[in-house]
Amino acid sequence: MLKFPIYMDSHATTPVDPRVLEAMLPFFTEKFGNAASRNHAFGWQAEEAVETGRKQVADLIGASAKEIVFTSGATESDNLAIKGVAHMYRNQGDHIVTVQTEHKAVIDTCKRLEKEGFRVTYLPVRKDGLVDLDELRDALGEKTILISVMMANNEIGVIQPVAEIGRIARERRILFHTDAVQAAGKVPLDVNAIHADLVSLSAHKMYGPKGVGALYVRRKDPRVLLVPVIDGGGHERGMRSGTLNVTGIVGFGKAAQIAAREMTAESATLGALRDRLLDGLRNELDEIHVNGSLEHRLPNNLNVSFAYVEGESLLMGINDIAVSSGSACTSASLEPSYVLKALGTGDELAHSSIRFGLGRFNTAEEVDYVIDKVSSVVKRLREMSPLYEMARDGVNLSKVKWQK
Amino acid sequence: MSYSEKVIDHYSNPRNVGSLPKEDATVGTGIVGAPECGDVMKLQVKVNPETGVIDDARFKTFGCGSAIASSSLATEWLKGKTLDQALEIKNSDIVAELSLPPVKVHCSVLAEDAIRAAIADYKRKQGDEAAGDGNRPGEVAAGQARG
Repeated sequence: MLKFPIYMDSHATTPVDPRVLEAMLPFFTEKFGNAASRNHAFGWQAEEAVETGRKQVADLIGASAKEIVFTSGATESDNLAIKGVAHMYRNQGDHIVTVQTEHKAVIDTCKRLEKEGFRVTYLPVRKDGLVDLDELRDALGEKTILISVMMANNEIGVIQPVAEIGRIARERRILFHTDAVQAAGKVPLDVNAIHADLVSLSAHKMYGPKGVGALYVRRKDPRVLLVPVIDGGGHERGMRSGTLNVTGIVGFGKAAQIAAREMTAESATLGALRDRLLDGLRNELDEIHVNGSLEHRLPNNLNVSFAYVEGESLLMGINDIAVSSGSACTSASLEPSYVLKALGTGDELAHSSIRFGLGRFNTAEEVDYVIDKVSSVVKRLREMSPLYEMARDGVNLSKVKWQK
Repeated sequence: MSYSEKVIDHYSNPRNVGSLPKEDATVGTGIVGAPECGDVMKLQVKVNPETGVIDDARFKTFGCGSAIASSSLATEWLKGKTLDQALEIKNSDIVAELSLPPVKVHCSVLAEDAIRAAIADYKRKQGDEAAGDGNRPGEVAAGQARG
């Protein structure tokens, strides 16, 4: 039996896994202690739970527990990593290299630093969404202190060559930060294999609760130091003050433990569902374009442009399916997705894009329903689309002088 | 984004979707907007040359639900109006009828532009039968719409 609406927006967030919720519940009521209380059993119990969570999160990414700093979420982790490095190593250099398709938590943090006098290079990406390593090398200079490149993109799911980027960074003795929010728990991630010095993580993208994230901070070879963004009681080795979110951390830990155990099988299942979705759409519709590399991609992501159909009108027609559009009209800004623009997708196709994010609880039956529903709405909207009509009449749409 | 009931109704049951023969001297075609902006409207009117009354109107729209609803509503309003009456339709009328939020006002502006472009095209055809011959359909329409 299908239950509506169908959730297929796992890059935005995921539901808490029932096993995670079960682990968390005692920490709201009986085990409510403050992990920083050193004088009684409530505090010790909370501290022990936090340290278990810390170990579980560390294990997911091949780190040691002491290298995990808990935060309120990945936006804070990105801020702490980038501002923390910039302010700590300012006397060594003033240059940061990142990528145009990064999450706003990275882009806008870099923009803030530019106002403080730092220089930032925003690398373009190739048509497949991946960074060109030669361009990356060329962008590095004597004053470069940090490279920040996300592991997997939140819109198009492409996986950057982080191992190569990490190697380049290490050779040049530049710190390497990666926002691994979308990748962690979906594909293998080992901080030593990719030479990462800083890694941002979020619980709620991996079936944990919202409001808790982490920053991996390398402790040796090199030992990374950060100037904190939040001052206070000196929690988390002084890098992030504030009473620890014990319930959140317990849930994050449990979610990380489940992800580590089940990732291999789950990736195969999600990849098969994703392929079923794409094949099904391709069988029903012509002129659909996958945005970004299919080869270097998260197994659960599909970002497709349905030519001649505007994304928001498509979403309106499939309102029993929760997905996301890269179209302008869905947000207050009238610009289409900057990620798709960076691929050179063209604004027209950027306006026609839909992001499907498959998750742990999606079924083949749901995928089949989505194929049918999306196909029928796209067909209906194409019959209503002057662009589809003109294209079928042989008009070259790129040559038309439009009245803007 | 939540939509008004009228927008949803026009989106789900659009009125007068389709195309009229562009070459017909009694048909005026307006195409406004641009794909990269996320909205293109094609609006056509068929005018009775003797009475100057719009007998028929059709639209096709690439755009969000509000853009589809604005053009669908425009075709409903155009039928039975004289050209002068049709030119009195203002985007603010469309905003009011469909309860469009501020971020969707541009959809109504586009619909008003499309009405004007279609009528201008019809008038041009009546005054100058040779205009536009030999061009490709899309280029003709978009070019005319700029005037």
